[in-house]
Amino acid sequence: MTTTILEPHTEPHIADLEKQMTAKPPIQAVSIILSKGSLDMVYPALILANGARMSGIDATIFFTFWGLDAITEKKLDNLHVATVGNPAFPIPTMLGGLPGMESLASAFMKRGIEKLDIPPIREMLEILKDSGAKFYACRMAMEMFNLKQTDLIPQVDGVLSVIDFFDNAAGSQLLFI
Amino acid sequence: MPLRTYAGQSLSVNEEGFLSDSAQWTPAVAEEIAKESGLIPLKEKHWQVITFCREDAAREGQPPGVRRIAKLSGVGMKELYELFPKGPGKLAARIAGLPKPTGCI
Repeated sequence: MTTTILEPHTEPHIADLEKQMTAKPPIQAVSIILSKGSLDMVYPALILANGARMSGIDATIFFTFWGLDAITEKKLDNLHVATVGNPAFPIPTMLGGLPGMESLASAFMKRGIEKLDIPPIREMLEILKDSGAKFYACRMAMEMFNLKQTDLIPQVDGVLSVIDFFDNAAGSQLLFI
Repeated sequence: MPLRTYAGQSLSVNEEGFLSDSAQWTPAVAEEIAKESGLIPLKEKHWQVITFCREDAAREGQPPGVRRIAKLSGVGMKELYELFPKGPGKLAARIAGLPKPTGCI
């Protein structure tokens, strides 16, 4: 019979630390479905994707319905804040519908964003692309809005059907915005 | 606070392995933290980023985010991600002996 003598761990604190760190498996990849085109929806999607890339997590954004506005060449520089149907907005919904209100609110939000040194949408998209994030447009929404891939920014990696999107998203965490 | 041995010194780190006291950082410590993430050897461009992060943090009181690093360090965004494939946001700060960045961009 052989006896194995276990050497006492010289640095138990490292073992503890590793145990703690491996308790929750880290997120490897996120796939964000962006279905809205207002600034208060587009920024969170882009910032979440960027935060993921900063932490070494793969990030994909699937732009569908009005989310396509964020990658449509003619629209992305003029996205607005939703002033109607946004219960957290500090102005009553009835007033939010008045002419000019959306532009005013968007101007306020843009000013706040600049103050925080958050880049404009176009620069955010470039940062994300350079970070290795992937952008896909939804085929059905493209057809619905009569868009061609040439209407989109060149950084878009492709146009996918929902089935292809899910195949592509295998193993990743899904987030719908 | 857990302790880890880097470059022959026992240093206090937080739960995520960031040095508790950035003043205890030395280039040799950086090499060893980098080794844990498979970044060996650290190349000149890595050092350019690490040095920028330490200088910027000393000036600003907080570690820079990736956008700031890419804008001001002389190493662009694409290259930054090539240099730190496991995520430049956290990794550059950890190797530079700084706390985890709080910014999201």
